[in-house]
Amino acid sequence: MALPITYNIRNVFVRWRATVATIAGIALVVAVYMIMQTMAEGLEKSSQNTGDPRNIMIVRKGSTAESSSQVTRAQLKEFNYLPQIARDAKGQPLLSADVVVLVSLPRRDGSGEANVLVRGVSPVGMDLRPQVSLVEGRWFTPGKREVVVSRRLSPRFANFEIGGKFRTGGKELTVVGILDGSSSAFDSEVWMDADESRSIFDRENYSSVLVRAKDDAAGKEFVKRIESDKRLPLLALSEVEYYAAQTKTAMPIKFLGNFLAMAMSVGAIFAAMNTMYASVGSRTREIGTLRVLGYRRRSILISFLLEGAFLSLVGGVIGCLLALPLPLLGYSIGTLNFETWGETVFQFRMTPMLAVKGLAFSVIVGVLGSLLPSIRAARLPVIAALKSL
Amino acid sequence: MAENIVTIRNLSKIYRQGEINVTALDNISLDIRAGEFLTLMGPSGSGKSTLLHIIAGIDRPTSGECHVQGIDVAKLNESQLADWRNQNVGFVFQTFNLIPVLTAYENVELPLLLTRLNSKQRRHQVNTALELVGLAERKTHLPRQLSGGQEQRVAIARALVTSPSLVVADEPTGNLDSQSAQDVLGILQTLSKSAGKTVIMVTHDPKAAAFGSRTIHLEKGELSN
Repeated sequence: MALPITYNIRNVFVRWRATVATIAGIALVVAVYMIMQTMAEGLEKSSQNTGDPRNIMIVRKGSTAESSSQVTRAQLKEFNYLPQIARDAKGQPLLSADVVVLVSLPRRDGSGEANVLVRGVSPVGMDLRPQVSLVEGRWFTPGKREVVVSRRLSPRFANFEIGGKFRTGGKELTVVGILDGSSSAFDSEVWMDADESRSIFDRENYSSVLVRAKDDAAGKEFVKRIESDKRLPLLALSEVEYYAAQTKTAMPIKFLGNFLAMAMSVGAIFAAMNTMYASVGSRTREIGTLRVLGYRRRSILISFLLEGAFLSLVGGVIGCLLALPLPLLGYSIGTLNFETWGETVFQFRMTPMLAVKGLAFSVIVGVLGSLLPSIRAARLPVIAALKSL
Repeated sequence: MAENIVTIRNLSKIYRQGEINVTALDNISLDIRAGEFLTLMGPSGSGKSTLLHIIAGIDRPTSGECHVQGIDVAKLNESQLADWRNQNVGFVFQTFNLIPVLTAYENVELPLLLTRLNSKQRRHQVNTALELVGLAERKTHLPRQLSGGQEQRVAIARALVTSPSLVVADEPTGNLDSQSAQDVLGILQTLSKSAGKTVIMVTHDPKAAAFGSRTIHLEKGELSN
């Protein structure tokens, strides 16, 4: 049987100065790790929130993003007659041809310019994306140089408020409304009329086409139909799949988070090791006594490892709590999307799984840090331990 | 006549200090009877603590045999020895050696956590041991809240709680005032006389040795009488 855990918990707080320093170090490492992970989680979630499983996206074969894709008007006409596409009450196909253009606009804080994705969208396109809603002002009028900007982009770019005007493509556009994309990728877009967009940006073709399939089977058939048609150098895939591929943007953030956490955890491991060595050093006679009472080397080893794990778990909990305000307050941040090359705005996001990861990370740091001191404690010769001061 | 609980034959212990061999025990043979209160006396470095440690299974002889209740302690491996100590020996230290973060009750309970007793059985035994040393009402106190004499009585309760047949005490009164020392020695004597425990005590103090039923002297690692 192992030593009672209360023995370790109370010992942790006996040397409270060293304990506080170690806990603070581990908390800091876990906080950095968690903040980076909540960023990556938020970014991934924004892509995951975007797709509708009933919708199918069509882009040019080989293009990784809508902004680098082209669908010609002739190709578009082909789709109009495909029976797999759902139709509205008037018999019109539920199909939206979008024009996606990357424009560079000045930031509101004057720190230069950044790329923004402008989506030219048809009224059907809005119906196909029910997660997008107008939260302020009104929708743009087709044929007018009007735009609706996302609520999250609004505080980040100059003149992105109702009535604000900005120039792009040599033309002046007016902001008439604010949209909310329900934490989807549309939170990083500016929407306007598709045909007006083609005119302003001088685009002959569309960037992508979004269609609503009649049902799941029809959707699969539609994808097969597009893929097998040699005349159409296009790629059809479900909208969910398309946006799932966009989560690759989160990879550098995840990598950076892991790298920073690893680098900092080396310091935290040494801090934990130092504390645990001091703890073993000051309890040498105690360890000898426990051995005399019949506790085996293994019990002593486990006991000290548990103590290190407990110490770091406290740090882990504090680290998680430190990282919590950003997701809790709905704080959003922008980064360059490596797929679209536009600014992606997303919210920090904490999940129970992430918290578990953070706590597990802290425990690993603690166990690694206390491994050598614990082995030393377990190997102490009983007589020598009893004679220590 | 009671049978022997400890049988020692030709026991030697040699420590190596750098290039020099130091003989702590030199070819000792000794029998200790069950229920005896044996006191070991001798000057510092005479080997009395070493002998006590070997009998208690916390040190190993260089040569010779040390049978306790028929078991050759020197032949047990580390884990077997740990279990054997837990079941058969109660140890009382000069410096009490209580765990500072645990209460008197928890300190006494420590050896029982290694047994198969359930919490109710453990509680009963801990309370009985604390009552025996007159500290039942101090069981929630931490060691720092107790006097030296009380700490040593808690240590005796811890030594007794597993009902070992052998209690070894290494200068148990060395850090106590005379009244507390009398109390502690009285308890050890009662254990031997009334409870039939075998008590082996190392001491420098002839007055303390007088509490024992037999005293043997060691000098330079040998029995001197």
